[in-house]
Amino acid sequence: MKPPSEAVAAKPQGERDFRLIGTPFRRVDARAKVTGQTRYADDLSFPRMVHMRLVRSTVPHARIRQIDFSRAEKVPGFLGKLTGEALPETFGILPVSQDEHALCPDVVRFVGDPVAAVVAVTEDQAIEAALAVEVEYEPLTTVASIEEALSTPEPRIHDYGVEGNLHKVVSMEFGDVEPGFEEAEVILEDTFLYEGNTHLPMEQHSSVAVPEDEGRLTLYSSTQTPHYCHRALAKVLGLPASRIRVVGTPNGGGFGGKSDPFNHEIVAARMALDLGRPVKVTLTREEVFYCHRGRHPVLMALRTGFTKDGAITAQHLKTALDGGAYGSYGVASTYYTGALQTVTYDLPRYRFDGVRCFTNKPPCGPKRGHGTPQPRFGFEIQLDKAAHQLGIDPADIRLKHLAAPHTITANWLKVETIGLRQCIEKVVEGSGWRERYGKLPRGRGLGLACGSYLCGAGLPIYWNHMPQSGVMLKLDRSGGVAVFCGESEIGQGSDSVLAAIVAEVLGVDLLDIRLCVADTDLTPVDLGSYSSRVTLMMGNAALQAAQRARDLIASAVSKKLEIPASRLVFAENRVFDAADPEQGVTFQEASIIAEALHGTLATTGSYIPPRSPGRYRGAGVGPSPTYSYSASVVEVEVDPDTGLYEVHHVWMAHDIGRSINPALVMGQVEGGVYMGLGEVLMEEQAFRRLPKRLSDSLVHKMPSLLEYKSPTFHDMPPVTTYLVEDPDALGPFGAKEVGQGPLLPIMPAVANAIFDAVGVRVDQTPIHPHMILEALAAQANEEEGRYGPTAFPEVDFGETLLVPTPEQGGDGRAINSWKEQLRSGMRSSTGTMTTRDEALSNKKGALTT
Amino acid sequence: MIRLPPFAYRRPTDLADAAAMLAGEGPETRLVAGGTDLWPNLKRRHQQASTVISLMGIQGLAGVEETEDGGLRIGATTPLSTVADHPVVRWRYPGLSRAIDSISSPPLRNMGTIGGNLCVDTRCTYYNQSEEWRRSINYCMKAAGEICWVAPSSPRCWAHSASDSAPMLAALEAEVELVSTRGSRRIPLPQMYQDDGIEYLAKQPDEILTTIYLPATSDAAHCRSSFWKLRRRGSIDFAVMSTATTLWLDGHGRVERAAIYLGAVASFPKPADKAVERLIGEIPTPELLDQVSELARRKATPMDNTDFQAQWRKAVAGKYIRAALREALGMDPELLAPKHQAGGTPTS
Ligand SMILES: Cc1cc2nc3c(=O)[nH]c(=O)nc-3n(C[C@H](O)[C@H](O)[C@H](O)COP(=O)(O)OP(=O)(O)OC[C@H]3O[C@@H](n4cnc5c(N)ncnc54)[C@H](O)[C@@H]3O)c2cc1C
Ligand code: SF4
Repeated sequence: MKPPSEAVAAKPQGERDFRLIGTPFRRVDARAKVTGQTRYADDLSFPRMVHMRLVRSTVPHARIRQIDFSRAEKVPGFLGKLTGEALPETFGILPVSQDEHALCPDVVRFVGDPVAAVVAVTEDQAIEAALAVEVEYEPLTTVASIEEALSTPEPRIHDYGVEGNLHKVVSMEFGDVEPGFEEAEVILEDTFLYEGNTHLPMEQHSSVAVPEDEGRLTLYSSTQTPHYCHRALAKVLGLPASRIRVVGTPNGGGFGGKSDPFNHEIVAARMALDLGRPVKVTLTREEVFYCHRGRHPVLMALRTGFTKDGAITAQHLKTALDGGAYGSYGVASTYYTGALQTVTYDLPRYRFDGVRCFTNKPPCGPKRGHGTPQPRFGFEIQLDKAAHQLGIDPADIRLKHLAAPHTITANWLKVETIGLRQCIEKVVEGSGWRERYGKLPRGRGLGLACGSYLCGAGLPIYWNHMPQSGVMLKLDRSGGVAVFCGESEIGQGSDSVLAAIVAEVLGVDLLDIRLCVADTDLTPVDLGSYSSRVTLMMGNAALQAAQRARDLIASAVSKKLEIPASRLVFAENRVFDAADPEQGVTFQEASIIAEALHGTLATTGSYIPPRSPGRYRGAGVGPSPTYSYSASVVEVEVDPDTGLYEVHHVWMAHDIGRSINPALVMGQVEGGVYMGLGEVLMEEQAFRRLPKRLSDSLVHKMPSLLEYKSPTFHDMPPVTTYLVEDPDALGPFGAKEVGQGPLLPIMPAVANAIFDAVGVRVDQTPIHPHMILEALAAQANEEEGRYGPTAFPEVDFGETLLVPTPEQGGDGRAINSWKEQLRSGMRSSTGTMTTRDEALSNKKGALTT
Repeated sequence: MIRLPPFAYRRPTDLADAAAMLAGEGPETRLVAGGTDLWPNLKRRHQQASTVISLMGIQGLAGVEETEDGGLRIGATTPLSTVADHPVVRWRYPGLSRAIDSISSPPLRNMGTIGGNLCVDTRCTYYNQSEEWRRSINYCMKAAGEICWVAPSSPRCWAHSASDSAPMLAALEAEVELVSTRGSRRIPLPQMYQDDGIEYLAKQPDEILTTIYLPATSDAAHCRSSFWKLRRRGSIDFAVMSTATTLWLDGHGRVERAAIYLGAVASFPKPADKAVERLIGEIPTPELLDQVSELARRKATPMDNTDFQAQWRKAVAGKYIRAALREALGMDPELLAPKHQAGGTPTS
């Protein structure tokens, strides 16, 4: 494959005169969305379509004794039912945690776990029938929290994992941290708690399964990952993947909440095949809270050594994740709570220990920032504390010790361009930081924090050598260009990016591009909208396909017009001579000339990320072709009498590499700010545990849009956005991600601003006013002015993987017992942490996301 | 989507017919006005109805007009936004506009009625949940269950009063007219409520609330009303604590009469009598207002059945009461009320 940077360089019109890239053009789906023409999954309707409801567990942990459908079957319109035995095969997004059943066959693991399904003619009838199903349970002990999971080995929620209710432990050390701590002049030790929260997409999950002729099946679904859904369907239904078609409908928001394969998708498919009728299922808002896969609650212990000028000498991070009832992406999430600590500031020695527990709550998974906002919250607050203690300006402590671009970090991540310096400078200037920080009247404060995120996970979720994104172009005498790609539009604008890249290279109007996306029958595989991978990976694939199409047309036109191909310019729907623009043909004529010369015109492009240098077990989580950076300053006003506070302004700078469409980029920045504010101001996936002597129950406290508090636009402060553009050779036209990164600095920036305003620390999210008040009361009592967790539990993290850093002359491998095992299974094309045999047998270790 | 269960729907055009229907149908008959409270409750099935009688077709039940004695007469089915935006209300009873403007969101205020708001069901996070959710806790005393999960040893339900207009109208000494087949009666608004989370209305089930009467006020300087509401966000949210204050001053600024009611901290709009006594006959000073607020605050008994930590709600209630009193007297409320906490600004 031709590296994309060359493709850019080959453009005769040169880097600077893009026609479309970099201008705020209208999204290709904007008109349809604002006029209600977009057809979301729930808008779909088919002849003879019927409706399904899942019957969900009303107990947190129990054995199913009996399911009685007798009343349900009498509900008018009742058509069919299903229970767990019908679908015995397990599934799960990661090959290492195939722990979900479409319907629980024997044990339920949280309130909301699906037990049975009913289908009826209308949705109302399906609801009545579902309510009439009676399930008898035999209760098992409820495990409600990290602490309980650690202290309650029996009963096990799953019979796999480390032991008891520990799903996964990770321990690795990059360079010796102890000498680093000895070198340190100041050591800070803190514990932080990041509460869980959920994605809250406006669109509730919805699917329609349509049986086709000859035993084939089509599933229309609001999914971020049609490809992984396709694989899970094939596995559980026991059908060849070639007979199943998954069409990803436009998502009304996803944020990571629609990137697992889900029970309702599989059950609807089975029901459709059984009944021979299209089956629709649309979840209620409450059910979306049960699908969850949101932010893991994470308890953290962070110990960092600093020199007097703020340089970090060593860091030791411990994280404990409350995973909920299933694996989901959790093994990857666990690694992610440690993986990206190294990419922002110079961190020479680093140790990370992580543990993920199973509890009887809806499963956690990836939410915007996947596993990284929690440790980032701790890190950025601790830096603020260090700056304060060392008498260094919080902006300077960061600016002085930024990670160096184009290097390899202590944990073997290859970082490319780093725009963090410019980001910090922008927000410092915009907010008047130098004049105002630390000098505002009591009650007013500024806080600064930074963050970084992947531009696509370096490895696919299951072990394979194939492209992570594919794009196919079909051109013909109509002058139109059809673009086929498996990517899914979840509102982030991926359709617009895809069309724009092709339009830019071929010089055609966006209206002449027809997209066909997210359809496993028709489009080349793209792994989906997760890990901020789409612009970079799909973009590079699109660039290659478009470049190849351009070459085909250029060679034909060159021959016909007798102009050297290298002089041909594709712009304004024309192909013409750069030396004499009058000489040329329309794009349609050019297509006709090319079709006549070459035959039917189609090209493909594909993308595989570069190999990452890490070779230790676990090195598969963290690598990315490049990383985006963001910095933020937040201004708050705090009322010391009540603890109530308000965010007055947010300044956010984001290193985007290059904006394909600055309007979309700004939209994502503001969306990230908004979501981050929700997480720090109020959002929490909170639970009610009833008094133990009276009940085993453990329920979601408020599974509704009214009572799960999330800011409305009324609560949104003004945001000043800066885009830092320093094209990265690995991104299409130099672009990096923006979907997730800008969320990261917000939460710690708010906490730091509260400290500047009233001098107390809240080391916890969300920051409720009572926490500030309690910290102020403690301070008035001459105790530490702080609210937050005070201890990290005792955990056996197992043998620590010892990995020498690049600086120490390591080769990316661990030096203890894993070494030999790993070497034998090393994969050549990309770095991976698993042996080939393990991966292919789908058992252990094949995790990567 | 959660859907409504089936029921018979009636839409009388005449008040007498409505009263007859209400008296005639079984106990599972409910009135509906704007439906912004009833429909969600029926969908989640913590309220049941075999028949629903809509009041919205009844002639003459909506509208705001001035009475001969200089007060106001408000029909029960008047949309909340119409009441809040009425020029006389905005001018002479600003606290009422403020209270209504803080209810939910503009679309709900266009749909919801003042009568419905006064009769709105009490709330609790163990109760305002779906049928399936409530099955998971084996229900609670207020609907289908035996125990109160908020206070398991308590014999009663502690669901809290949810209406924002009720404490304010009570503080404005409003009266209501109730009509049934047995006739009509006019009572002070507080008498329509009682201290019970389940039987929160003292009105009889067959009585229809038809009219709200506001007493005359000579001018805005004489009668000063103010409303503050604590909640998480600047829109949509119910109060977790609210305070409604009316002060009637004489020509010297002396308090002739006063009323302070607290919302959302008990099963009914709770009067702060001791605090009011302390005010009567005084020319309010900031120090006096501090004392009065503290006295009123003690009346609040927030429970862990809504948003925010209960203890903290009690701790800060005094600040809100104080802010309302100070504001009524034209002083700086001295409370950082971020826009998501404040009483609400006119948005309609
Ligand atoms: C998202 C959301 C947010 C909300 N936020 C708030 C808030 O912040 N503050 C607040 O106060 N309320 C709030 N509400 C509740 C509700 O919208 C309002 O209280 C509204 O005023 C109710 O009026 P309605 O006409 O829609 O009542 P309905 O739903 O029609 O009726 C409510 C109850 O009153 C009875 N009723 C109605 N009219 C009469 C009558 N004339 N005589 C006798 N009984 C009658 C009905 O039988 C029913 O039991 C909110 C509701 C929602 C859904
Ligand atoms: S206060 Fe108690 S009885 Fe009343 S609704 Fe809440 S839990 Fe139920």
